[in-house]
Amino acid sequence: MSAPVWNNKVVKWVDDRLPIISMVHHAAYEYPTPKNLSYMWNFGSLAGFVLVTMILSGIFLVMNYTPHADMAFDSVERIMRDVNYGWLIRYLHVNGASMFFICVYIHIFRGLYYGSYKAPREVLWWIGILILLAMMATAFMGYVLPWGQMSFWGATVITNLFSAFPVIGDPLVTWLWGGFSVGNPTLNRFFSLHYLLPFVILGLVVLHVWALHAVRSNNPTGVEIKTPQDSIPFHPYYTIKDLFGMGVFLIIYLYFVFFAPNFFGEPDNYIMANPLSTPAHIVPEWYFLPFYAILRSIDFEFLGIPAKLLGVLAMFAAIIVLFVIPWLDTSKVRSSRFRPVYKWFFVILVIDCFILGYCGAKSPADPFMGLHGLQVITVGQLATLYYFLHFLVVMPVVGKMERPKPLPASISESVLKGGANA
Amino acid sequence: MRKFALTAIAAAFALTAFANNSKASEGVVPPAMDWSWQGLFGTYDRAQLQRGFQVFKTVCASCHSMRYLAFRNLEGIGFNDDQIKAIAAEYEVQDGPNDDGEMFTRTAKPSDHFPHPFANDKAAAAANGGATPPDLSLMAKARPHGPDYIHALLTGYEEEAPAGVEMAEGKYYNHYFASHQISMPPPLYGDDVEYTDGTEATIDQEVQDVTAFLNWIAEPELEARKAMGMKVLLFLIVLTAMLYAVKRKIWAKIEH
Amino acid sequence: MSQTVQSSGDKPDENRRDFLTLATTAVGVVGTGMALWPFVDSMNPSKDVLALASVEVNLSNIAVGQAIKVMWRGKPVFIRHRTEREIKEAEDVALNQLVDPETDDARVKKKEWLIVVGVCTHLGCIPMGTATGEPRGDFDGWYCPCHGSHYDSSGRIRKGPAPKNLHVPTYTFLTDTSVKIG
Repeated sequence: MSAPVWNNKVVKWVDDRLPIISMVHHAAYEYPTPKNLSYMWNFGSLAGFVLVTMILSGIFLVMNYTPHADMAFDSVERIMRDVNYGWLIRYLHVNGASMFFICVYIHIFRGLYYGSYKAPREVLWWIGILILLAMMATAFMGYVLPWGQMSFWGATVITNLFSAFPVIGDPLVTWLWGGFSVGNPTLNRFFSLHYLLPFVILGLVVLHVWALHAVRSNNPTGVEIKTPQDSIPFHPYYTIKDLFGMGVFLIIYLYFVFFAPNFFGEPDNYIMANPLSTPAHIVPEWYFLPFYAILRSIDFEFLGIPAKLLGVLAMFAAIIVLFVIPWLDTSKVRSSRFRPVYKWFFVILVIDCFILGYCGAKSPADPFMGLHGLQVITVGQLATLYYFLHFLVVMPVVGKMERPKPLPASISESVLKGGANA
Repeated sequence: MRKFALTAIAAAFALTAFANNSKASEGVVPPAMDWSWQGLFGTYDRAQLQRGFQVFKTVCASCHSMRYLAFRNLEGIGFNDDQIKAIAAEYEVQDGPNDDGEMFTRTAKPSDHFPHPFANDKAAAAANGGATPPDLSLMAKARPHGPDYIHALLTGYEEEAPAGVEMAEGKYYNHYFASHQISMPPPLYGDDVEYTDGTEATIDQEVQDVTAFLNWIAEPELEARKAMGMKVLLFLIVLTAMLYAVKRKIWAKIEH
Repeated sequence: MSQTVQSSGDKPDENRRDFLTLATTAVGVVGTGMALWPFVDSMNPSKDVLALASVEVNLSNIAVGQAIKVMWRGKPVFIRHRTEREIKEAEDVALNQLVDPETDDARVKKKEWLIVVGVCTHLGCIPMGTATGEPRGDFDGWYCPCHGSHYDSSGRIRKGPAPKNLHVPTYTFLTDTSVKIG
């Protein structure tokens, strides 16, 4: 890993003064990568690719968008109808948001399964959670910009969450709105922040990659790189693997853009915002549904804390708890591949999150999956309970109790034995 | 690769099931119709769109606005420049102020938008028993099951409300409307227009035609979108196959 | 056949990989290039802008000797109802006296109406001389106050730094008293 010698004089001249070329060479070319990464490791680079697509399409949308309560909806329709390829750029952006969350959620669950949050990768993991939080804020504010019915009422409901905080709640919400209800000042500040935050995300991604390169990639065995035989240079092996993954991803992404562009959307958002009429069902975008379910499942007081505040706290706690899992997980083994008991709890967690998503989409009093006598709210409460139990109880207890399967001595040993796929 | 394919298929399957299930709960689901623009290769039928436009301007336009329809857009349903000018000339739009500071009306030009039937939403509500007739330009995208819903609603009126349903003053019973009590009187009865192309104007024909027109004005880019999508996807499939071959080559000597 | 095998026989794998990699790179680069076009094209004039790319002007209120300014594609267009003397002046100039030689005939469709884009060809200021009482320069046309360009009664540059005559937009007379610009 010594600095490469540059033959080209111009390259050398620049690199002697600003070693940016060497830096990129280290990071994207010779970076020693475990040779056994599965396709689950593609989603980080895919998420980075979507981020770039989102920023690019967003910049071109802004050229034609008008952030004013009276004109935003019309300007979006003008983009769809009159601007050259405006429909394409908008649909890329709209579906890109969903694709971004799909990639990032898979990326997170991959990290959870293979213990990528454990020492020495805690800071890498933290930065990842910060990226998720920034993404959520960006996506929420972006959804408000077309100023449709769901934009308006979504903004109203979510900003009203902050009124749950005692004493400061009401002034805080008024401050967020810049008025006495969601209105033009709200739209303007959301637009400003929606443009700013992606660049904050980009900065966090740089830190994320930096931290990754300091501690090196985890891998399906969870065993660190020990000898040169365990690793291969990033280029060409993982560049081509990432590019192939990108091709597959683009086929899926662009299928939605061209043939089902409103699949992830809500019809109500094609109705202009109307402060006098609330849609029958206010539903957030799909990627918020599990959190929305946690929020709504708290319909009771606890320790004198009112239900509304408790719900808000639970929703935020669902993400905050991720910050401490490096210490909640007591297992000595990283990868769930060698954890016969925890593996099943992980599967339950994934199913639990899908159930929460389902509950978030339905009205609380609806029957769950058409089962009479079983209300969505009840299932949502149980699912919420498991979500927190998983991190706060299962992780520490199972880590201590279970007897892991024997680990391979090294990555290359596991590869040669071929038994790693078990 | 096999593992990856399985994972991808499972993920796609779970995602679809999840997304379908996650849509907000709905009222009565309208029957699914066969529309010419559905599917990967679907296109609009120009003659049908023109008939639908005729129904719209003769019947719907007396109450409903169509704010995103400019006369020049009618090129998209197969009218030529002269026909568009002639259609625009049937309408008056407000312009101004002139040099005397007065607003005035003039004959519409192709660049003008289709005039609204009422001066503003309040006037529209006042003239329609308190309910503003919604704008129709995005109706096919603004309701679950878009065109199917429009078709079902227009044919879903029932003369008598079912026993036990108390109808409010000035409301009509409609099987597919969310509350079943809709302010819009049944708009089409059959023979409401005389089609210029000689098609028989049965109520079902009219409803299908106007639904097609409403879908077109909601998604005028649909044909360009699908045509481009086909080319893009074919290109990507070739490129991805090539990338896979290169990946196999590069990884051939690595045990992994 | 056997020759082909021999010539590439040393490293068949290497050769195939090179061709495959090259072809894939080429397809990828072409694809990326094509993907950029929609973004570039989105900055071109949109359909609603193009729909307003022409204006119709009623000429019946412009008296002989008067001129008006109308907005066309965000720029002023000068329409001057020329007097007999102005027409004669414009026609009598010898072409070799002109910086940008053009006959008056080539610049008008009807002798009494001169229609030019009112943007100085030097650095884009708006020349004076349209409104009554404004300085018309030394040649009975327009005078640009920014850097002292003088245009004649055919809108041609006669003196000063501007390199070209005032631009003539495309226009057609719909009737004797109405003209469509653009």
